[in-house]
Amino acid sequence: MTIAALAFYLFAICTVVGGLFTVISRNPVHSVLWLILAFLSSAGLFVLLGAEFVAMLLIIVYVGAVAVLFLFVVMMLDVDFAELKAEMAKYMPLALLIGVVILMELGLALGSWQASEGAEAARAAVAPEGVSNTAALGMLLYDKYFLLFQLSGLILLVAMIGAIVLTLRHRTNVKRQNVLEQMWRDPAKAMELKDVKPGQGL
Amino acid sequence: MISADLKIILPEILLSLYAMGGLLLAVYTGKDKLAGLLTYATAAAMAVLALWIATAGAGNRTAFDGMFNDDGFARFAKVTILLSAAAILVMSQDYMARRGFLRFEYPMLVSLATVGMMMMVSAGDLMALYMGLELQSLALYVVASLRRDSAKSTEAGVKYFVLGALSSGLLLYGASLVYGFAGTTAFSGIIEAAGEGRASLGLLFGLVFVISGLAFKVSAVPFHMWTPDVYEGAPTPITAFFATAPKMAAMGLFARVLHDAFGGVTADWIQVIALLSVLSMFLGSIAAIGQTNIKRLMAYSSIAHMGYALMGLAAGTVFGVQAVLIYMAIYITMNIGTFAFIMSMEKDGQPVTDIKSLNLYARAEPGKALAMLVLLFSLAGVPPLVGFFGKLYVLRAAYEAGLAWLAIAGVIASVIGAFYYLRIVFYMYFGEEGEALDKGRSPVLWGALMVSAAIIGLAWLPGLNLLGVESAAAAAAATLVN
Repeated sequence: MTIAALAFYLFAICTVVGGLFTVISRNPVHSVLWLILAFLSSAGLFVLLGAEFVAMLLIIVYVGAVAVLFLFVVMMLDVDFAELKAEMAKYMPLALLIGVVILMELGLALGSWQASEGAEAARAAVAPEGVSNTAALGMLLYDKYFLLFQLSGLILLVAMIGAIVLTLRHRTNVKRQNVLEQMWRDPAKAMELKDVKPGQGL
Repeated sequence: MISADLKIILPEILLSLYAMGGLLLAVYTGKDKLAGLLTYATAAAMAVLALWIATAGAGNRTAFDGMFNDDGFARFAKVTILLSAAAILVMSQDYMARRGFLRFEYPMLVSLATVGMMMMVSAGDLMALYMGLELQSLALYVVASLRRDSAKSTEAGVKYFVLGALSSGLLLYGASLVYGFAGTTAFSGIIEAAGEGRASLGLLFGLVFVISGLAFKVSAVPFHMWTPDVYEGAPTPITAFFATAPKMAAMGLFARVLHDAFGGVTADWIQVIALLSVLSMFLGSIAAIGQTNIKRLMAYSSIAHMGYALMGLAAGTVFGVQAVLIYMAIYITMNIGTFAFIMSMEKDGQPVTDIKSLNLYARAEPGKALAMLVLLFSLAGVPPLVGFFGKLYVLRAAYEAGLAWLAIAGVIASVIGAFYYLRIVFYMYFGEEGEALDKGRSPVLWGALMVSAAIIGLAWLPGLNLLGVESAAAAAAATLVN
């Protein structure tokens, strides 16, 4: 067994175990930590495939940003997961039945699964000679898949508009600083000088 | 090369630029004070785009390595989508402004959703399909819960979002299986890899998952559960929007995927579509009988109508696709009128959705009652109204493709379904005495109802020939199926 094969099995097992425990662990914070393990191991798998850029993205974006955000949200939200699970337990038998049926069907299919001729060659989109991985990805993203790239930008815009529309509330009766109003305020109108004689009040 | 590609997708680019510009303008100036103006401007922009697309030259063009198709089929669907979205925008302005939830983001979200729909019907690649679908769906989830102070509207948005995400998951899983089989996500590559005759097992699994995901979007049984709740919970103008343009887009996408990517293995998907169709027709017709809320009733009616449209698709022929296009165009026209009527139903300024409130409506407003009668008869498929011709086309397509049992089932379901449409007519004309609804005061809604009823009531006349929809649909269908 070569080192690469050994590393593959190590990462693959870690990914599967991480995914499994993400779903079954009782504490949601632990779930997120298992999820991070799954992300890290799949980054390792990408390195083995020779896709360093995607591997780094997975670590930087998913582990660095998304998972940490998850962690915060899970810790902030006061969700009673035990109660949610009790609700789910009602439908568990039916869900399990459907899941098992689909799994068995997919298992049957796996035995006689066959890709079409030429699929292997079409899928193996290796980077062209002499071009680094990152550059090749850039070429794809900004050239061949330019349309999809722009569309995903629009989707993010819609997500942003949606978040603002659904959560932003304009409060009335809130005093905010108005710099111009402050600067243009006339001292003559704003204050009054009174001559206070000794021994007398106003 | 890129400039040629950009020229082909110019309508989409212009509409997205318009949406972004409108957003900036409203944010930096009047905010929600501009909302009414922006709604009308958006409707006008969509109508102009529709006119432009309709009159632009014929021919098939592809952009971005086949990722985007500009053919007759896409143009027909786009014109329908743009015109119906424009009509709904014009209708919704007054309703939403009076109830205080007309925000300037609403027309912009609708235009971005429309860009997504235009991408959907033009998609030439599984990835482009998914991107268009998500752009449309995300905007729809937001507008469904636009009325933040209403628990029902929020519930509708969340339900739609969760179930929509599930269906997107199914679709993506299917797409990944198809990719695993074919080695490419382009429709042209998939149809080549699939070959003729029976699909191999690997492709079949992907096909079934993709169909499940798409069936959810057109709300075909058994993926329909979200429809009544979302239709009932969302504000009525939004429900009207859901029942028109997105339905056309989803059905167009369905036809495009099945014919462009899986056109070689028709025998494998015909049975799936036929089953979806017969289940939708029967469930939609039977479950609507118990409904008293007119919005829920329209939801079940839309499920049944999607069943009929799928029947045309199940034929798997050029004529079948033509029948689907005609059916959808007619269905959308009827829906615009029906929802204009539903939006004008109110008592003391509050919207009413109970069908019992229509008791003896004909006495108070004979004109509107007559228009609604025409629309309901047409929805039920009573000859000689236009809705009957829509049904006739899909039934003929199914029969000619050798699916006589499906056509017979369609006739039976339509007889069952006629009951609940006619019940509304019964209430309007022969109901019991009760408190009357307010007099309609929106001229826009009145106009939309009358125009739609006039089209439905008169376009079957020999001289009018369904207003040319028939020949346009035939030309469109011919470019899709080859």
